[in-house]
Amino acid sequence: MATATFRIWRGEKGQGKLQDFPTEVSAGMVVLDAVHQIQAEQAGDLAVRWNCKAGKCGSCSAEINGMPKLMCMTRLNTLPLDRPVTVEPMKAFPHLKDLVTDVSWNYAVKKRIPKFQPRQPDAPDGTWRIAQEDVERVQEFRKCIECYLCQDVCHVLRDHHMHEQFIGPRFLVYAAALEMHPLDVGDRVEALRKEFGIGLCNITKCCTKVCPENITITDNAIIPLKERVVDRFFDPLSKLFRVFSNSKR
Amino acid sequence: MGEYITHEHDVLIIGAGGAGLRAAIEVSAAGGKVAVISKSLLGKAHTVMAEGGVAAAMGNVDDRDNWRVHFADTMRGGQYLNDWRMAELHAKEAPARVRELEAWGALFDRTSDGRILQRNFGGHRYPRLAHVGDRTGLEMIRTLQDHGIHLGLDVFMEHTVVTLLKDGGRIAGAFGYDRERGRFHLFRAKAVVLATGGIGRAFKITSNSWEYTGDGHSLAYHAGAALMDMEFVQFHPTGMIWPPSVRGILVTEGVRGEGGVLRNRNGERFMFQDIPPLYVNSTADTEEEGWRYTQGDKNAKRPPELLTRDHVARCIRREVREGRGSPHGGVLLDIAWIKERIPNAAEHIKKKLPSMYHQFKQLADIDITQEPMEVGPTTHYMMGGVKVDADSQMSDVAGLFAAGECAAGLHGANRLGGNSLSDLLVFGKRAGEYAAAYAKQNALGAVNRDELGSAEKWALQPFERKGSDNPYAVQHTLQDVMQELVGIVRQEQEMLQALERIRELNAASERVSVNGNREYNAGWHTALDLQSLLTVSEIVTRSALQRKESRGAHFRDDFPAKDKRYDGFNIVVRKGAGGEMQLTREPIPPMREDLQQIIQEMK
Repeated sequence: MATATFRIWRGEKGQGKLQDFPTEVSAGMVVLDAVHQIQAEQAGDLAVRWNCKAGKCGSCSAEINGMPKLMCMTRLNTLPLDRPVTVEPMKAFPHLKDLVTDVSWNYAVKKRIPKFQPRQPDAPDGTWRIAQEDVERVQEFRKCIECYLCQDVCHVLRDHHMHEQFIGPRFLVYAAALEMHPLDVGDRVEALRKEFGIGLCNITKCCTKVCPENITITDNAIIPLKERVVDRFFDPLSKLFRVFSNSKR
Repeated sequence: MGEYITHEHDVLIIGAGGAGLRAAIEVSAAGGKVAVISKSLLGKAHTVMAEGGVAAAMGNVDDRDNWRVHFADTMRGGQYLNDWRMAELHAKEAPARVRELEAWGALFDRTSDGRILQRNFGGHRYPRLAHVGDRTGLEMIRTLQDHGIHLGLDVFMEHTVVTLLKDGGRIAGAFGYDRERGRFHLFRAKAVVLATGGIGRAFKITSNSWEYTGDGHSLAYHAGAALMDMEFVQFHPTGMIWPPSVRGILVTEGVRGEGGVLRNRNGERFMFQDIPPLYVNSTADTEEEGWRYTQGDKNAKRPPELLTRDHVARCIRREVREGRGSPHGGVLLDIAWIKERIPNAAEHIKKKLPSMYHQFKQLADIDITQEPMEVGPTTHYMMGGVKVDADSQMSDVAGLFAAGECAAGLHGANRLGGNSLSDLLVFGKRAGEYAAAYAKQNALGAVNRDELGSAEKWALQPFERKGSDNPYAVQHTLQDVMQELVGIVRQEQEMLQALERIRELNAASERVSVNGNREYNAGWHTALDLQSLLTVSEIVTRSALQRKESRGAHFRDDFPAKDKRYDGFNIVVRKGAGGEMQLTREPIPPMREDLQQIIQEMK
């Protein structure tokens, strides 16, 4: 059996250092397996979040050799094992301990986004009839497992720390899922522009690249929302229309 | 003993999966002040893993379906040990619970006329599972979560309960700690709902995550509530088996529902060779008929791959034992073969089973549209749990409720796929409703401070010990013991041996020590969870020893047949006055006449 070294960030509240842990590795292992092995054999108090170990819950987000990834879906045979594998916590959120960060900001942001508001049921049985193609339009966004890797890699949050002004790619996807939901009649366009800071995104598509669910975040969610904002607020015709009709649209 | 951070609520809900969130929503709707405690972050509970769908007899795809058929299917699957009243309520109320999710934003796949699409699943007579591709659980938990956050729930993420608190015979709250800083918290509440899920972590090969250590089962037992049907642990027939690190991860039954077939190394559809008498009349006679069934032919009977999970799991085990297994000790599950039947099969598979495609591609380098998967049984679900009143979900302890996987009754000796998500919704709602009503009629119970002090002292012991027993090692040994000795096929001698090993491990758990401080210390958390794991492991083993027959998920090598003498009762476990486990056989009340009639008609 081969041995590989994992260079894991250890410490609390941002204070700490990378520490090397050599451990045995075998066929098919993922980074999370190695971290668990190290935890069980060498560092019992090593802090790491995980749940499903199958890429479905989005708990084990980390930066592996500098790349934001799910530890449970990163196989060791995709990494060069002749040098140490670096495993660090996400950088866009306050550090708690070892590989665990405080992601509570995300939960607070979600609460601020106006909730789902369905139109009145229109079928005789008191429900709705919806075409499969309308469902599929938003199913892509609803695949999101809330791993927050897109938030982690977004430079508006990661480098510029504009957490107050910008909700980040995850919640633009969430807003898109609501705005494009076939039953929803809510309106989040003005909020997207003002409180949610959609204009701060300059479409570098880093979020799309790291999404473990392969959601086309920028092209399918953010850009269409930006277009809605532009149509509403910057299109001269609709601006004129608004002045006269005094309507919100 | 110092002062503890104290929270006061009408209803405290322990667990934030489907059942816990649905209960919380209901308490909130009734105007109650509610707290939800979750060992993990919100939205990460095991409900996200549910793939196939939620069973509800809406009759959207086949209008012959109705609650009666669903009721009869559920009872048949449970080998008639189910609480028939729960099975009735479940079958009747599931459709409304699913439609309600849609009103809260869930988007299910549709029929051609725009209604909720339903798919076939093992043991369900008609296509019954509302679904979203193969990520139904994610859709469900996200919908409940996103609906719930706007209702003013107090959510305590990454908190763990160590013990329940009682005031005389009734519930008074819970005592636990937060993972982040290791501080102790006192949760005072008029009513408590347990929604902690299963016990899968007691076994080595499991589809369950670290959280599923049987906390709710153990908390209830130690608080004096009765547990029931604890011998019935469901082993899902199809878990991944290769590479070793993914062993146990679930492969949805939906693969078989979409036409996937099981073959042994000789290429034989071995499921055709052993069809249980209860199901002979409803199983396809030929491979051709089975295929037509999966494609929606209403006159075709289902393929034997869609027989109940316990049976399929044992057939797979038999093939492997008798030398007809796949290279890594499983069997082959093949969905790629459907390219012989339909055009664009690869695209079809990716669309119907996207997570499965993804999972195998990424974790095993297997393209399921081109080659078969290797699968084998994995610990999946606990049918047994807290014995509750069918209508209210209240346990033997006044004010203590349970819903979802940690409650017993609905599934009897074996659960049908898809009946878990509907269970969470139907009984999560009921538990919330009745807990809120209980809270309205009762004041907060008194808390015994000495009890808190001793719970704190107990919880901190692992830091003070200087021994070398490692909590992870104790957990791993227990998992080996349960897997080997109380697993999918059981016998008396092995289970007696298991009891002996559990006794030793109990002693070892009293010696474990941990390093570091109280902040987010995984070793400490593992050490504390051992109490629950050991408690439920012992209960499972003792219950399994009692039932000297084979039925549903419980299979005894030394008593391989079903025995009529075990027909009419459940095995119930309570904690005796001296701390010993007391097992009793409690007769199932006679079924209401109209329900009996339904069973007869559907035979």
